[in-house]
Amino acid sequence: MEAKGIYARLEQRFPGKVSGLKDAVADPLLMVDAQAIVEVGRFLRDEPELRFEILSDLTALDFPKEEKLQVVYHLYSYTFRHQVVLKVDLSREAACVSTMEGVWKVANWFEREVFDLFGVVFDGHSDLRRILLPEDWEGYPLRKDYVEQEEYDGISTERAPLVEKLLR
Amino acid sequence: MDETLRSEGEGLHTEDMTISMGPQHPSTHGVLRFVIKTDGEVMREAIPDVGYLHRSIEKIGEKVTWHGYVPYTDRADYLAAMFANQGFCMAAERLGGVEVTRRGEFCRVIACELNRIASHLIAVGTFAQDIGAVTPFIHALRERETVNDLMEEICGARLTYNYIRIGGVGYDITPQTCDRITQFLDHFEPIVDEFNRLLSYNKIFIERLAHVAPITKEDAFQYNIVGPNLRACGVKWDIRRDIPYSVYPELEFDIPVGTGEKGTLGDCYDRYIVRILEMQESCKIVRQCLKMLPKGPAIAKVARKFKPPAGEIYVRVEAPRGDMGFYVVSDGSEYPYRVRIRTGSFTAMSLIDKLSRGLMVADLIALIASLDVDAPEIDR
Repeated sequence: MEAKGIYARLEQRFPGKVSGLKDAVADPLLMVDAQAIVEVGRFLRDEPELRFEILSDLTALDFPKEEKLQVVYHLYSYTFRHQVVLKVDLSREAACVSTMEGVWKVANWFEREVFDLFGVVFDGHSDLRRILLPEDWEGYPLRKDYVEQEEYDGISTERAPLVEKLLR
Repeated sequence: MDETLRSEGEGLHTEDMTISMGPQHPSTHGVLRFVIKTDGEVMREAIPDVGYLHRSIEKIGEKVTWHGYVPYTDRADYLAAMFANQGFCMAAERLGGVEVTRRGEFCRVIACELNRIASHLIAVGTFAQDIGAVTPFIHALRERETVNDLMEEICGARLTYNYIRIGGVGYDITPQTCDRITQFLDHFEPIVDEFNRLLSYNKIFIERLAHVAPITKEDAFQYNIVGPNLRACGVKWDIRRDIPYSVYPELEFDIPVGTGEKGTLGDCYDRYIVRILEMQESCKIVRQCLKMLPKGPAIAKVARKFKPPAGEIYVRVEAPRGDMGFYVVSDGSEYPYRVRIRTGSFTAMSLIDKLSRGLMVADLIALIASLDVDAPEIDR
């Protein structure tokens, strides 16, 4: 189904929760209200005319200037070969959104990764721990204003630039 | 049960054991760690612990220029570096509206398919080694060595190629190299049959893999299992055919799927045999490309200060470990705003926890090997 059709179906089912269709770009993009994201996901998966069986990707974007974090969901349908991108706006200070785990189980690990690198908290997640970084790491590296901690476990994270070393 | 045995067994104290497997375990393919809870030889669960190979490739993407990022993508999956090159360059090209030259596209496909053969050889070779057959591994590595030589001839590197650039490929493929590739294919195709006689239809090997840890179609969708692992579940889905890119629509090739011929649909054996069949298909593709290779420049003219207009794109390529997705966001500057790499091993790894329940410890090795998970690709 074309992006306009998907948008119309969502608009009809969730009035006021879905907005900002951009279908001029390569991947049709929709803004979804943070409260409604799980419902929208479940609807997109189960609706016989849409059938988004898989969650291809779940990640986040950081926009410090606009003071927001965006969680991005890429959905794909094997049956109908269409895709849609959903985005949710969150505040940077208290980034929190419901977990998608109940709809697509793969969200479990994707959300852990986003929690690890962006510090977004997923409400209702069964096992929200850091996944790539150590448990006691400070900060969220993929945020734009991230400053690396000076040392970890007594090991300095600084390293002299290689070129300067060679010139010396 | 015998009465005497039963009375002897009574009152014996048993308890669950927690074992750490890895990160230096030889059959965990790089640095993976599992925390295994077992009751004797039967596992209660195996919890994967990843992140030992995290090199923050995504963060580096925000710090270097578009052209400068290409060598970094190599490191995302060093067994199949060409595909990460391809994915990132495709994303950059679509954002920036760059047209790839036709010869460049064919060179890309040749390089990618050779790389797929090399990667699958490692996959099936280490698979055999992990479950105790060392000889096939040596045979597989010997063949891969030739592919590495060919790669060296094509682009000067044996592992991390940096061959595919934005707009085309770094170096043209010479006629001499084409001849050598043909020679290799002539030699390699019979080797696959030999490999089948040695390993694929070996009774011990089959018994070891059939019926072990089958993945259902529903699980495959829920956990977004991709690539050969998905096709082993009987789902005929290949990005090269279904979301076509590059010149794949002009080429003829089959998509092997698992049939459950020796056991259950989607078991370890299906995942193994799909890879063997895919190598044969890759040979076909390379042969066609060599025949069709057009004349012309190998790379389009692209501005050195490459600045694609603001926008975002999600691009998929069919890597040996499945759908590799590049989600690239541009803000119109010299540097990408965000690069996200979504890999097949990461999602495959998330399924292991569920599949491992009730398996034997030895079968966990077969399961990991059959999924062909690759630590650098999981951790990035």
